[in-house]
Amino acid sequence: MGTTTADVGLQRLTFTRQPDSALTRLFNYKPFLVFLCMLPTIGLLIVFLTYPLGLGLWLSMTDATIGQPGEYIGLENFIYLMEDPIFWMSVTNTIFYTTVATVGKFALGLWLALLLNHHIPFKAFIRAIVLLPWIVPTVLSSIAWWWIYSPQFSIISFVVVDVLHLRDTYINFLGTPWPARWSLIVANIWRGIPFVAITLLAGLQTISPSLYEAALLDGASGWQKFRRITVPLLMPILAVALTLSVLFTFSDFQLVYAITRGGPFNTTHLMATLAFQRAIPGAQLGEGAAIAVSMIPFLIGATLLCFFGVGRRKWQQGEAND
Amino acid sequence: MANVLIRNVRKAFGSTEVLHGVNVEIEDGEFVILVGPSGCGKSTLLRMIAGLENITAGDIAIGGRVVNDVAPKERDIAMVFQNYALYPHMTVRDNMAFSLSLAKVPKATIDQQVQRAAQILGLTQYLNRYPRQLSGGQRQRVAMGRAIVRNPQVFLFDEPLSNLDAKLRVAMRAEIKELHQRLETTTVYVTHDQIEAMTMADKIVVMNSGNVEQIGAPLDLYDRPANLFVAGFIGSPAMNFLSGKVEGGAFKAEGGTSLPLPQTSNGSDGKPAVYGVRPEHFQLNPSGLPAIVHVVEPTGSETQVVAEFAGASVICAFRERISAKPGETIRIAPDPALVHLFDAATGQRAA
Repeated sequence: MGTTTADVGLQRLTFTRQPDSALTRLFNYKPFLVFLCMLPTIGLLIVFLTYPLGLGLWLSMTDATIGQPGEYIGLENFIYLMEDPIFWMSVTNTIFYTTVATVGKFALGLWLALLLNHHIPFKAFIRAIVLLPWIVPTVLSSIAWWWIYSPQFSIISFVVVDVLHLRDTYINFLGTPWPARWSLIVANIWRGIPFVAITLLAGLQTISPSLYEAALLDGASGWQKFRRITVPLLMPILAVALTLSVLFTFSDFQLVYAITRGGPFNTTHLMATLAFQRAIPGAQLGEGAAIAVSMIPFLIGATLLCFFGVGRRKWQQGEAND
Repeated sequence: MANVLIRNVRKAFGSTEVLHGVNVEIEDGEFVILVGPSGCGKSTLLRMIAGLENITAGDIAIGGRVVNDVAPKERDIAMVFQNYALYPHMTVRDNMAFSLSLAKVPKATIDQQVQRAAQILGLTQYLNRYPRQLSGGQRQRVAMGRAIVRNPQVFLFDEPLSNLDAKLRVAMRAEIKELHQRLETTTVYVTHDQIEAMTMADKIVVMNSGNVEQIGAPLDLYDRPANLFVAGFIGSPAMNFLSGKVEGGAFKAEGGTSLPLPQTSNGSDGKPAVYGVRPEHFQLNPSGLPAIVHVVEPTGSETQVVAEFAGASVICAFRERISAKPGETIRIAPDPALVHLFDAATGQRAA
């Protein structure tokens, strides 16, 4: 027994560490490791994001059409677009559509989230139903909306005219510019509410109930609790939801293209649908790309505004003593 | 400032009753601690005083006014929560000023009140910080500051020290007590820690599974616990219990050992009884009874010994230093004037 222990001790003493191999040292080198771990992400981003974006940028500066590679023409496409009233209408449409739909989505989404944050019967069931518009493929729900807005088979017209007798004629939802724009906005709000409601609900559930109890004892009314506790504490997640929602809405394509295809007379085109319209059915790849590229500054602007406008809050930042 | 009367208060969540008719009288300016194990209903009772839970039956009166149907903000109380419930998006100043600003108190008065509270609590230099920039003890103080600025009739504390480390807890304990001595506001304080209760309270309410077991001054509870529960709950290390019966003016433990009873004993012969001795009331006595030492734990100021005595395992705490080794026998005797006798069937005090 005693000798064995002594032997082990002896072995330990004589043991010397092998020097690390070059490969081991390379993998222990932190900058290399960081680079190695980031490589897949960088690769994916380059292949699927930077390359198509670069290609789009290049395309926007050529006169390419379908079947013809085209040549570099500088900013000619953009200069042409500056004088194109349809392009400018698509820009104002997009801004109007994004602004109104976002306000609508957030007002209704927040209301729904507040409702779902209370103890109500069948909560899980209602929550599942709320998610439905988001789960259904957009094209499918767009067709449903197209049917709802149909001049002959619209359920709304049927109820208003044949059931309630409030009107004599069926409503022409999609035949004239403004009703068509509002119709699209309603459909977009319907589709966007689940995302906002579920995100804000998650935000609401992070607010400790004891804060509301403390506010109750401090004498806050329901509105004051909402205004002074809920809203400020919801701001960080609201900013993220707002940013994403604005991006989704601004670059919306499916809904508009499936319901109106930009009509009547190009009056409901968004930038995304117009870009597609010009590039693929219209075969003007270069011009379509130019329209798509002109969305980028708007998107960056909107993102920065959302993020810095409502996102960053001093009370969230670290332990810094200021 | 006001007194608080709790009369026959019951609380039921659905069909489960958690408070079974509680009666407590709290005098004006008194520091009362509700203490008991988890789930005994003490926090529920506090929340009922605050108005955060409704009252199923009975009355709660603050300053002579029954508040059963009075909104929390009208009750003139302030509460300190276990997790402090500081508003994370407000500075210390705004946290403390929140209730006054909601009440539309003039700005100058608010500033004055906040300054006063900050001075009392030593928070003056932290007024512009956010809660997350503060340590646990500082947050605790802000929570108290929020209560102080309102100048309420009653302070309510819901286990305010349980999120602090042991050392800070001792310091805050003294601070809260000093604060109470200074402000003399009626205070109701909930804790599960009997040391907190013993050290801070004017009056302790011991609760167990929805009932009040005993109400009294800390030392009264220590000296004359009304029943086995209070006897075992108050005091650390806990009281030792030996079961047996009273026979001819002495206590016969189950192992057959005979132990002395206090003069005033009125335990009737032959009835099963429980004999209680606090660890610190055992004395080393050469003519005492033998105890086999199991573990010796010196703490410096005293020495705790786990030993087998009269057929049961007991803990003794001696002022003297003990040199006995585990397995050795020492001779000890309980101080007959300081032992307790309980009825084994009802758990109530017999002597």
